Parts: sequence; C-alpha cells; structure tokens
Amino acid sequence: MTTAAPTSTPRGFQNVWLVAEREVGSKLRSRAFVISTVITLLIALAAVIWGGFSAGNPSATQVAVTSSTAAAVQKVPGVEVTQVADRDAAEALVRSGEVSAAVVDDASSPTGVVVIAEDSPPTSLLMGLSESPSVVLLDPATVDFALRYFVSIGFGIVFLLAASLFGGTIAQSVVEEKQTRVVELLLSAMPARTLLAGKIIGNTILAMAQILLLATIAVVGLIVTGQSEVLQGLGAPIAWFAIFFLFGFVLLAALFAAAGSLVSRMEDIGSTTAPLTMLIMAPYFLVIFAGDNPVVLTVMSYVPFSAPVGMPLRLYLGEAQWWEPILSLVILIATCIAAIVLAAKIYERSILRMGARVSWREALKTP
Amino acid sequence: MLELSHVTKSYGAHRVLNDLSFTVRPGRLTGFVGGNGAGKTTTMRIILGVLAKDDGSVTINGAALTSADRRRFGYMPEERGLYPKMKVGEHITYLARLHGFDKGEAEARSIALLEQLGLGERLNDTVERLSLGNQQRAQIAAALVHEPDVLILDEPFSGLDPLAVDVVADVLHRRAAAGVSVLFSSHQLDVVERLCDDIVIIAGGEIRAAGSSEHLRQQHSGHRYELRTAGDLGWLREEPGITVVEFDGGNALFDAADDAAAQRVLQRAASESSIERFTPVRPTLAQIFKEVIQ
Repeated sequence: MTTAAPTSTPRGFQNVWLVAEREVGSKLRSRAFVISTVITLLIALAAVIWGGFSAGNPSATQVAVTSSTAAAVQKVPGVEVTQVADRDAAEALVRSGEVSAAVVDDASSPTGVVVIAEDSPPTSLLMGLSESPSVVLLDPATVDFALRYFVSIGFGIVFLLAASLFGGTIAQSVVEEKQTRVVELLLSAMPARTLLAGKIIGNTILAMAQILLLATIAVVGLIVTGQSEVLQGLGAPIAWFAIFFLFGFVLLAALFAAAGSLVSRMEDIGSTTAPLTMLIMAPYFLVIFAGDNPVVLTVMSYVPFSAPVGMPLRLYLGEAQWWEPILSLVILIATCIAAIVLAAKIYERSILRMGARVSWREALKTP
Repeated sequence: MLELSHVTKSYGAHRVLNDLSFTVRPGRLTGFVGGNGAGKTTTMRIILGVLAKDDGSVTINGAALTSADRRRFGYMPEERGLYPKMKVGEHITYLARLHGFDKGEAEARSIALLEQLGLGERLNDTVERLSLGNQQRAQIAAALVHEPDVLILDEPFSGLDPLAVDVVADVLHRRAAAGVSVLFSSHQLDVVERLCDDIVIIAGGEIRAAGSSEHLRQQHSGHRYELRTAGDLGWLREEPGITVVEFDGGNALFDAADDAAAQRVLQRAASESSIERFTPVRPTLAQIFKEVIQ
C-alpha cells in the first residue's frame, strides 16, 4: 500500500482548479441557483421584448402640423396630427411637451419641410416621411435622456445583482465549510490560500458566465426586436464593463470570502458582510440619484468599488478621455491585489476558529 | 517513522502543549490516550500542519515534514464533516483527487474503499442522507482513500456500533500490516487496549507515558500476583513482605514486596497443596491511565 504513490504530483494550481470546479458544479446542481438564474434571464428577456413591443407599436405619436404639411404627415402610420396656425405655435407645443415633434414648411430645407423636436425626433415619424426632412432640435442633448437613464441603471443594477448574488454565495460557501467542519479535512490536503483561490475563481467564472448570458440576451434581443439603434455607442462601454466587472468582482469576492471566514454559523453571516453589502449598493444608488452630476460620476469612475459602473457609463456618455478607463483599471487591479492579500491573511487566521464571531480587527491583528 | 520532539503550543498565556515528544512507528497501531482537553486534538492538528506549533519539531524519517509529505497523510479530524449535499462516491473521489490522483484512479479507489467499508450501495446518496454511523464510515474513507503512509485519526471509533468498530479496526489493522504508521486517539480504553501495539498517554499537555503496550504493562505491573490452590491460604497474611488484596479460601490476590517474597509464597503453597494457577497480574490500560495521569 505504501508503494501506491499518486499517479501525478498535484501542483498547487491543480488543486485550485479542482476546488473551482467543485464550486461551479455544486452551484449548477443547486436547484435554487438554477431557478434564480433562469428567472433573472427571463426578466432580462421580458424587458428587451417589452421594449421592442412598445417601440414597435407606439401609442400614436403626437405631431403638430400646419395646413400645408398636414397632408404629408397624415399618411405616416402611428402618427396623430394636431393642426396649428404657424411655426411659432408648433414650436410652442413642442416645448410644452404636448406634441413630440412638429412638421412645418421651411424654404431653406431641400425637401421644403423641417421636423422640429425638443431633443430627438420620433423615429417613426422620420421613417414614415417619404423624403428625409431636415431636423431642428430645440434643446439638443448629446444622449437621449431616457436612454442615458436606462443605460446607467442597467450597468448599476447588473453590477448590484451579480455582486450581491455571488458575493453572498461565496461567503455562504465559506461558512458552509466551516459549519460542516469539512474545512479541516480540506486544509489537511491543501493550504488555505489554495482553497481560497479556488473558491474565488469558481464563483468568478459563474458570475462572468451569468453576465455574459445577460449581455447576449440583451444584444440579441435588441437586434431581433429591431431596436439596434439602442446598441449604437454601447458596444465599447459594454466591453469595458465586462473587464471592469471581472476585477471588481474578484475584489468583492475576496472580501466576501474573508467576511465568511470570520463566522461559524450561517445565522451570523450578515453581521460581517453588512459593510460589504453597503459597498456594492453604493454605485447603484449613486447612479440613480446623482447619475447626471459629472463630478460625482467622475469620482465614481475612479473609486474601485464603483468604477465598474461609473467608468463604462462615462465612456457611453462620451465624457471620458481615452486614457481614463486605463488609469481607473490600473487603480482597480492594484486594489484587487491588495484585497486578495488582505483576504488571504484574514481567511488563514480565522478559518479554523470555531464558535464566536471573529472581529475584522481581531483577524487583522498580528498574533 | 513519525517523530515529535519538544513540541510546544500556547494560546496566549495558556500553554496547551508542553515539551511533547513521542514517536509513531510504521506498521504499528499507536493509541493516543488522554482526558478531555489534554491536548490530543491540538497535537494531531500540529502533525497535520493545520495548526502551527510554537516550538519543537515534527519529522518523518529524520527530515522535517514538508507539504508533499503531508499529502501522504490521512486525517480524520475530531470535528467530523463532509459536504452534506455531495454524493458520497463523488465526495471521496474529490478528496482523492485533491491528494493527487487523477480522475479515473480516484474514482476506482473510492468505490473500492467504500465497498470495503460497507457503503457500496450508498455511493449515489448524498452525505446528509446517510445515518450517523454511515457518515462516520464515509469519514474514515475520506482519511484512507489516497492510501496514506501515515494515518492520524481523532476518535475514529466514537459513534460506531460494535460491529462497525470491528469493521474499522480490521481496516486499520490491514493498513498497519501494510506498513502504514497509524496514530489514533480514543476515549474507549478497552478498544485501545485490544488494538494497539504502542500507547501514548497525554495529560495536561504533557506526555505521561509512551511505549509498547507490553512494556507499559510491565512497567506498571508492580508485584501483584493471583494464586489459586486446592488448599487453604490462611497463612498468607502472616507471610513477611506480602500484602493481601483479596482473599477467598484457596484463592488470593496479593502484592509482594519483591520477587523473592513471591517465590517463597509459591514454594510454600506448592508444598501444602496442588496449585491451580499462579500468575503475575498485569494492570489494564484503564488502571495504568489512572495511575499515570495523577
């Protein structure tokens, strides 16, 4: 029996991978996890389809016309015309918001008419007119306000959901190993750092896979439902979001694992993860309440915990210089490495301490 | 040979292990005996490297333990635990892979071992669906599946019914016979007495006695004898150098001051009647234990 040497010498990395594989496998087999993932994807799908549906069948677009343009506009499907006396009256209606756009005579336009709108003309109207008219915007914005809001909330909510779901998952799986005492057996086979690394990698793979699935559903859904114009200018920010998300998630996962190692029972998990939960809620609430404030957004895009939301948003809005995402990413990666070192230290010191909760301070103190 | 020398460990001001030295020899079962809080679990955790020692050394064949050596160790922690939602077969396979076996080999070994331990029918059940006794068997499989050179088992027999104790004892004997060093702790002194070749007794973080079980018994036997004769031993009380412990007509249990006194008793008894039995009485492990931990 003593001659039965292992057929291959395990390297640390092999065990990291084995641990990661088990994390992924056990999650994929957990009914609760699969159901919650399917529900999330269905919600995303529903949102995209609903968006396509409402864009495809809009309640009639209100358009102001003058007597000379009425005939041309009335032929456009989905448009309800309001006839006014002249151009001034039409502009007044556009400003007040009673109509989305106005079509009036304009001698300077090649087609003889011009479309007036507040910040963007209704696409259904532009496409419906036989000849593309000139467009006059009364209050031009660089990006459609609604779209801007939608995109910022989109980044915010995806980060919040994925980080809290998988952050919570990794903390729970650390506590599960502690609570079921299997951890001592695992530590007799590999160093604590190997176990920690495997858990972080496994959960990161799951989180990234879910994000990629969501992104695919969003992109394919938008194209299929004919809303591809929404995608314009969103490609690069989504790619940056994925990169930032990867490092931002590893940063949080390491901290959540450390938080999990401080307690011995599932019931106590909230007490050590609460500060982290606040950290991941912050970017979401900031984009909702201060998303239109460029100073707040700039700060957000450099703070490692909110950069995955802040920087892609600024890129989408065209407010960031080319070097800014790179600088922010460097800051994020440096913080990420520091967090991993810190988390490994806390994890190694607390993982075998059963019973009462270990405080963050206690875990960091040199023994 | 696994050797601990002068190992110490303190938690703050509280010293839990004090200058601990003993050896675990290959091919033998070594029983590790001590009361609650004596330091058994701490010692085992230090051997496994799960816990750091303050001072002293743990060596195998004279060289300090490396993590590669430790991968050839099998461990059953005092705090039992496996992943409750993992299937038994997969769980044991996973542990074998962590110890360096490739997938196919790990699977074959875990199935063979679980069958040997009587869990062949339960391979596809999750751990939480097993009875406590069967979970214990799975735990033993977890310690054995990678064919370790050294086995460190913390209370392997607790929670087992007598039949399961025999199954496990048989497995341990076979491992020892194959040259594995086995160290296990137990509160069941009768089991330790029955199984072990070597015994280490620990109390208050210090080794109180260590050696082969035969040697320990000799060392602690004193000069107690049992004598059974057909006649009457009433004269025994008057004999110089003899203290009678129990007396019943022709049967007596007595302590002799030295060998010569015992021989005198034997000769006189033989001259007066026929002798049915004259044996030195060896103390039980329980008796030795009580004696040395005081």
